[in-house]
Amino acid sequence: MTWSEVFELLTGGLQETVWMVGVSALLTAVGGLLVGVLLVLTDAGRLRPLNVVLGAIVNVGRSLPFIILLVAVIPFTRAVVGTTIGTDAAIVPLTIGAIPFFARIVESALREVPPDVVAAATAMGATRRQIVGKVLLREALPALVAGLTITVIALVGYSAMAGVVGGGGLGDLAIRYGYQRFETEVMIATVVALVVFVQLVQMVGDFLVRRLSHR
Amino acid sequence: MIEIRGLRKTYRSRKGSVAAVDGVDLRVGEGEVFGVLGQSGAGKSTLLRCVNMLERPDAGTVSVGGLEMTRLRRGQLRLARHGIGMIHQHFALLSSRTVAGNVAFALEVTGAPRAGRKQRVAELLEMVGLTGRAEAYPAQLSGGQKQRVGIARALAARPKVLLSDEATSALDPETTESILRLLHDLNQRLGLTILLITHEMTVVKRICTSAAVMRDGRFVESGTITELLRTPGSELARGLFPLDGPTEVAGATVVDVTVSGPEAEAPIIAELARRFASDVRILGGSVERLAATRAGRWRIALPGAPDDNREALKFLSERGVVS
Repeated sequence: MTWSEVFELLTGGLQETVWMVGVSALLTAVGGLLVGVLLVLTDAGRLRPLNVVLGAIVNVGRSLPFIILLVAVIPFTRAVVGTTIGTDAAIVPLTIGAIPFFARIVESALREVPPDVVAAATAMGATRRQIVGKVLLREALPALVAGLTITVIALVGYSAMAGVVGGGGLGDLAIRYGYQRFETEVMIATVVALVVFVQLVQMVGDFLVRRLSHR
Repeated sequence: MIEIRGLRKTYRSRKGSVAAVDGVDLRVGEGEVFGVLGQSGAGKSTLLRCVNMLERPDAGTVSVGGLEMTRLRRGQLRLARHGIGMIHQHFALLSSRTVAGNVAFALEVTGAPRAGRKQRVAELLEMVGLTGRAEAYPAQLSGGQKQRVGIARALAARPKVLLSDEATSALDPETTESILRLLHDLNQRLGLTILLITHEMTVVKRICTSAAVMRDGRFVESGTITELLRTPGSELARGLFPLDGPTEVAGATVVDVTVSGPEAEAPIIAELARRFASDVRILGGSVERLAATRAGRWRIALPGAPDDNREALKFLSERGVVS
């Protein structure tokens, strides 16, 4: 296989990975924020039972190894996307797997906001919505971005596993060419691409955190 | 302005229950500065947080400006809170917002019209002496400056009442002094009623017109500073003017004399010496300006036994408190 062929394979795989990770990261950000905020808001008071149920669901999601989750949600994936093969199909398990992960990160980031600051806002007569939006989420933003960076990198790892069941992307490439066909060049190229990609994600994340943090 | 009756708040845990506030009555008149002094764990913080319902009392009533706080529904409570400013020991500023942003936050919360906000923020920052630091972030400020932001924020909605939760406890003595001066100034200029809790006697000395000592959830004494200075055995009076010097002198009667108001300026000791031809000795003492009044306290030794000094002691009792 010539290097230009490897390069072509690589760009295709990389595009698929970026698509899978990008879309599922976006959905995860929204879903995880929602679940994380709910976990914090329902922690005390009348809504405590909701917290227990939600926490249990999140724990179930967190306890399944991704490769098993991937297979387990196949019927659901088919119902949503219409197929279980390809990058679009992979987005479903990726999102389901990442939401509980990110939700716990969101929860702990929100808990890091000093109770003093929340009390001050309450004492000023802030509504619950203002406290969530203007105090909790805003104050935790640097931690949330750092957490999302970790989640995106975890998603890159998950997406490689999605390759096992025909999900496409760099993982798929590494398995089909590198593992099954002993094409070492492809293997090396995939590894390099993954390393560079993850470094880039981390750099962007760090940069944003620095810009947002005023502590 | 603030009226508390029979306030109780108990915290329950697995180890049993602790009565943080155990039956407190308190009245703070309009324009008064009331200080609650106590060690940590005395229940001061819980008491203060019950005033704006950050803590729900188990029993008793709290009214602010004639509004019964314990009976308000959530929406009404939010509105009532707009009229009660609060400042905090660790400032509780939003780290993600600038100084101006932190003050603006209070205006956003109280629903002040967008148009006037910028001007009001500038006005408030000027009032606390922070003009020019508007675009700084809290992390770039000193403790004193942070507390000034806290004060500006607390006053944004033009409250009548300010609650101060150990506002100077995290500050060094000089900064404490400047913050107390600012609070005193605001009290005078705006007629702001202040209820503060502290463990520092200086705070009471500098700005309080009334005070209480709290221990184990109860007030052990309370009243105006002038009253307390006239009360024999008052812990607060003793605390405001700690006396050193020996408590016993051979062949002499040692007494502590506390005087307040105009008497503090009068040459009492000189008069004592003259009228009773007494070789009175001053063992310790001082005269100081308090927020409410001037007061003096001395430890003196009168030659002879108490019986020999009956007339002199009577003279002193007429002018102040002898203990």
